[in-house]
Amino acid sequence: MASNRGIRVIPVRGSTERNGHRLDPSRLETVRVTANTEIAPGIYRLSFARPWDFVAGQSIALTLDPRVPPRFYSIASGTADPLVDVLYDLFREGVLTPRLAALVPGDELLGSRPFGAFRDAGGPSCWIATGTGIAPFVSMARSGSTEGKLLIHGSRSIAGLLDRGFFSSLMDGRYVPCCTREKEPGVFEGRPTAWLSAQPLPAAERFLLCGNSGMVVDTRDILIGRGVPFADVIAEIYF
Amino acid sequence: MKENLLGSTLARLDEVAADAGLPRYAGRQLADWIYGKGVTGFEDMSNLPREARIALAERYSVELSPPVKGTESADGTKKYLFAAAGGRFVEAAWIPEEHRGTLCLSVQVGCKMGCLFCMTGRQGFQAHLSAGEILNQYLSLPERARVTNIVYMGMGEPLDNLANVLASLEILCADYGFGLSPTRITVSTIGLVPAMRVFLDSTKCHLAVSLHTPFEEERRRLMPIENVHPLSEVLAELRTRMVRGQRRVSFEYIVFDGLNDTPRHARELARILDGIRCRVNLIAFHAIPGTPLAPASREKMEQFQALLRDRGLLATIRQSRGQDIEAACGLLSTRELVRAREDGDT
Repeated sequence: MASNRGIRVIPVRGSTERNGHRLDPSRLETVRVTANTEIAPGIYRLSFARPWDFVAGQSIALTLDPRVPPRFYSIASGTADPLVDVLYDLFREGVLTPRLAALVPGDELLGSRPFGAFRDAGGPSCWIATGTGIAPFVSMARSGSTEGKLLIHGSRSIAGLLDRGFFSSLMDGRYVPCCTREKEPGVFEGRPTAWLSAQPLPAAERFLLCGNSGMVVDTRDILIGRGVPFADVIAEIYF
Repeated sequence: MKENLLGSTLARLDEVAADAGLPRYAGRQLADWIYGKGVTGFEDMSNLPREARIALAERYSVELSPPVKGTESADGTKKYLFAAAGGRFVEAAWIPEEHRGTLCLSVQVGCKMGCLFCMTGRQGFQAHLSAGEILNQYLSLPERARVTNIVYMGMGEPLDNLANVLASLEILCADYGFGLSPTRITVSTIGLVPAMRVFLDSTKCHLAVSLHTPFEEERRRLMPIENVHPLSEVLAELRTRMVRGQRRVSFEYIVFDGLNDTPRHARELARILDGIRCRVNLIAFHAIPGTPLAPASREKMEQFQALLRDRGLLATIRQSRGQDIEAACGLLSTRELVRAREDGDT
């Protein structure tokens, strides 16, 4: 575990016992923002120095005020990277993200330790994401787990195909960008579900899905309908 | 657009009263008219000054929305559809029994949680219901006078709509509202731990946790929330805030044929629930279209119940109701949504 020196721990009322890599909302730690950049219209990448170890695919909880319930974000950086990145959509009517979007380097926010069990156990697998649901797969890819993987990423806009250059070069031929509202050569026109329905079933031992519930449910239905055992479909839903 | 005061807590009604030039205590008078007497017209609120009634009517309303459709099962269970935003529908179920009548409420239009066995999740998430929309299902129920119990087990995850659920519970239980006993109300959750903590601290209502398998890896396949709030964390939280007094915790367990009904599951259930004063409700699965899961037979459910009882767990088989009226939660509203789309209504 990396040094925790300099991290302020803020206990929240009703604290529970510590539970390792599981979410312990009773312990929020102050972290200092190193970057907070709008990387596509309405989509931000926020970074801070990595104070702990984590497993690719895990999440953290973030808030700016211990009285405001934290929101959960998948980590979008590699396990050995010096910075922890998260991706978030700005919801202008939201409680948290407008305040997150206003942060500048040097500002502080409160974060949990990493938690969650959305992991790729290795072997051939198919990663399917929409929007900022790409985050855990960015983490897995940056942590070196791309062999035998197929990534299908859907977005409404071309700009929303986050880290497209990174995935194009790293997963040549095994990266399928999909876009519903804009066209560009090399980008499938439509949703990931449309691509999946039009293709032979990818040769994968498991399917990892990350995105909103509608995408997850639709994709899972397609996969199960095509004979994939439901035990081979692992989903992480943003809520 | 006028603000509908149905679903307003006393604190909000106090503000409304002050806004209309009334003393703050008039908020309680408003509550008495709206919740105690069921009055929806400000002109009928005769103990308020006429000027205040006019001012209130200009800015506020008290509106009930009756169900747009009802279906009745041969066993007496009724399902009601209530219109929701965006041309969608939410369901409420009326379940009469010999000595009690239970109302099952919805809290969201659709659901975000994506559980494999749930029809509501197939609709995706559309919107949270306001406290008023939640209460409306109770107030507009034709059988309201016969309601003895209320369960928040319809469409949506109650603790994902925490503020509105807590407001509706306050109004149902408060003396300024309907004065129901919290021991007559059960709120279900799949285990959103931070919200569960708030719920346990701020209400005395019963809690029902959707469990469905004691094995985390298996639960992850059925319920994606397991990735975020593992069952062990949920149980640890319950142990920490052990349910005291009249509060009861139950675990909902849909029995799927050959999946979660084995002796191994019974043993593990007994192990993980050891020390928690609880009941396990075994529930028959109402199959939904395209599901890879199958319902266990009554005989298998009884065998599993016996396995649990042998290990000291209080286990009941919940009577299956309304099978002929699309009992699976979300099925009726989904069909209605599809029908409305086909008719070009939306």
